[in-house]
Amino acid sequence: MRIGIDVGGTNTDAVLLEGREVISWAKRPTTPNVTDGIRAALQAVLSGTDVAPRDIGAVMIGTTHFTNAVVQRRELDRIAAVRLGLPATQAIPPLTDWPDELREAVAGLVRLLPGGHQFDGREIAPLDRAAVDQLIAELRAEGIDTVAVSAVFSPAVPDHERAIGAWLREALPGVHLTLSHEIGRLGLLERENAAALNACLNTLARRTISAFTRALAELGIEAPLYLSQNDGTLMAAGFAARYPVLTFASGPTNSMRGAAALSGIADAVVLDVGGTTTDGGVLVNGFPREASFEVEVGGVRTNFRMPDVVSVGLGGGSLVTADGGRVGPQSVGYRLTEEALIFGGRTLTASDIAVAAGRASFGDPARARSLPVDLVQRALSVIDGRLSELVDALKTSPDPVPVVVVGGGSVLVPDEIEGASVVVRPPYAEVANAIGAAIAQVSGEVDRVFSLEGRSRDAVLAEAKAEAERLAVEAGADPATVSVVEVDEIPLAYLPSTAVRIRVKAVGNLRGV
Amino acid sequence: MWYVDEERLEHIAIGAGILGTGGGGNPYYGKLHVRRLLREGARIPVVSLDEVPDDALVVSVGGMGAPTVGIERIHRGDEPLVALRALEEHLGRRATHLIPGEIGGANSTRPMAISAMTGLPVIDADGMGRAFPELQMDTFAIYGVSSTPAALADIYHNVVLFPRLADALTLERYARAVTVQMGGAAGYAFPAMSGAEAKRTAVPMTLSLAEAAGAAVRRARREHADPVAAVLRVTGGQVVFRGKVIDVQRRLVAGFARGVVELDGLGDDRGSRMRIDFQNENLIARRDGDVVVVVPDLICLVDAETAEPVTTEVVRYGLRVAVLGIPAPALLKTPQALAVVGPAAFGYPEIEYRPLPGIYGGDRLVGERDGTEPSWPRSG
Repeated sequence: MRIGIDVGGTNTDAVLLEGREVISWAKRPTTPNVTDGIRAALQAVLSGTDVAPRDIGAVMIGTTHFTNAVVQRRELDRIAAVRLGLPATQAIPPLTDWPDELREAVAGLVRLLPGGHQFDGREIAPLDRAAVDQLIAELRAEGIDTVAVSAVFSPAVPDHERAIGAWLREALPGVHLTLSHEIGRLGLLERENAAALNACLNTLARRTISAFTRALAELGIEAPLYLSQNDGTLMAAGFAARYPVLTFASGPTNSMRGAAALSGIADAVVLDVGGTTTDGGVLVNGFPREASFEVEVGGVRTNFRMPDVVSVGLGGGSLVTADGGRVGPQSVGYRLTEEALIFGGRTLTASDIAVAAGRASFGDPARARSLPVDLVQRALSVIDGRLSELVDALKTSPDPVPVVVVGGGSVLVPDEIEGASVVVRPPYAEVANAIGAAIAQVSGEVDRVFSLEGRSRDAVLAEAKAEAERLAVEAGADPATVSVVEVDEIPLAYLPSTAVRIRVKAVGNLRGV
Repeated sequence: MWYVDEERLEHIAIGAGILGTGGGGNPYYGKLHVRRLLREGARIPVVSLDEVPDDALVVSVGGMGAPTVGIERIHRGDEPLVALRALEEHLGRRATHLIPGEIGGANSTRPMAISAMTGLPVIDADGMGRAFPELQMDTFAIYGVSSTPAALADIYHNVVLFPRLADALTLERYARAVTVQMGGAAGYAFPAMSGAEAKRTAVPMTLSLAEAAGAAVRRARREHADPVAAVLRVTGGQVVFRGKVIDVQRRLVAGFARGVVELDGLGDDRGSRMRIDFQNENLIARRDGDVVVVVPDLICLVDAETAEPVTTEVVRYGLRVAVLGIPAPALLKTPQALAVVGPAAFGYPEIEYRPLPGIYGGDRLVGERDGTEPSWPRSG
């Protein structure tokens, strides 16, 4: 049995799963320190069942806590950002494009040193021991114990990052290191940014994750703890404490993965209807389709793969104008149960319209029945129009597609949407995020430049696939379940040499749960 | 004369991305470099072609290589300057003006960085008015400027000088091979030409065009107007299709990323399909099998909502885009130019170049400034 937990801005949801069957679920308010909310949700989800804490095989948590820390610039460590690339890369020093106030808050030391590799594996320059010793002296003098290291082409050749890491650990016991090749793909600045953000989150991550672990222990749960990553797969708590940046954007991913699991549909449009917005995404083979542009987090450009989510300002709490002609984007948000008409409030919301139209029945439906019929009809056609536009924008073929609806505001969605072959409302749709966290798999990924010199393309692809599968098993996957889910090859343009950039991702089910 | 400031730099980077027609490399990296130099107090003067004396020594500077190398092994910054100094030494003369070889993509910004380091003015013109994959495809070479002497420099300041080669195509082959040995990207300085030659051969007012296009996009985004329409008012041309990317195929042919993007129509284009062939840059756009835009006219994929350019490297399944068809600069439409940058030169001898209606935005800017209808090429 496993427990999935989703820590959202408003609620912390927990689900208890036996295989893919939901045994129980609970919703509790999210607390400022996150941990108290998790503890309350855990207690609630176990109470009323005969499941003992020791029967739990694994706990998976999805949280936006670390993203929020960056966005709100709070609880961030002062770090050193060190790049190995001289004499190349001087044109743009590390952290150049960061918002000034964030850079000033966290950048204790920014250094460029000789090192890194060329695309074909040659060294740009050997590591300079004297320069590293001087860096060590500066780190000591500044009292900085958190360092982000990036090196040119480290996703292909990590040797220099590893070597300087070993030297720093030897000279500065207890130093906290983020090596960029462990968290990012090709694209030096974006990978370096991610490494630096990860380093800034070091103290917060270790404290938060040990509080999570403690909360589990207090409840007698001895199962291993995992956190969800942006790509919909899991990382062990100890790993997450070192790589908190990998939790960014795990929320929408979990919601879509949960929708896939609950509905049993692997290729669909997913609408996650909340109080203020509806997030639409696309499931391809059971995984969210990814955005193709660089994604900014708190004003910092990174190259994480984030799900391609289109948000519209339409949710259960959306304000409706008196004539019904406009719905949203303003919303009463979490105050729905105080302000909506059906809850005795004075604000006309999308939920009141849904109840008046008979799509849902909650609150006090009698209060919605007095609404004029033409007002209700007009507001419904606005809502339905927005939803069908959203579905249409997300679809990749003119054929109708299944639409899976999840989230607390899902009652807004009609049973028929233009462009939808079927509208599916799976059970437990209100806790799809937590279910997505609970069922997540583990992955291994390869992204680097391969030479096709003297080798066939098939041989190179096979090598990349085998390496991705091995990495997935190392991350905890059951070897019998590992499969390659994604292969992408991009030839290196403008060069006549036969080099190709290959990305492969393999995933598998968590071993032993 | 005008000066590049941070705001104009932002605009130029956006406009150059669109004029890159899917290739040309990302101007983002060069922009960050130039912005840093501006913040350190550098001045970057821009002069129009008309202000360049006939006996000036104009040199095109920039970077060549693989964009995938460019996003990882960020440039040292002064590679083109080292190449320029070597070229000057060979010529026994100092350059008086810099000119971009290619306004589309990354090479829009590199001459500005070298200007910031040297104080030399950048000419408001370039050799393509867009982006092309090979260096014999610039108007300097097409209209007879000698491609050599030419210089390449790497991150170590190693210099390779080509004192004399038969033609631009030979330089393309040799320089490409050297670039691989230089780690996949190099700074270049070539060709060197007189002011008179620059006036005769360069595509005029293209920095101004990129700046105006970027400014229009940003204004439209700020005012919640349509950025795609705003771009087209500046560049000329039209939206030839709106749709979603449903398939992307890429393959490596002789060192270039060739491939096909397939789009499924949205809105008014529902029920239609568009197929775009590319070789680094977009070449041919077909709507339901009928050819609608042909190189050298510009085929630009931009995000349907934001007008953010979508390059052939990042284009992928599911993106919602507008396909812009922008008329080529007049200098690219002559028989002489079409022999080098027309469809046949890219392996489509069966396709006839039928120009899009309208006028390239840079040519229109010249006409507005001079109060004349554009007529190119200039005699001289």
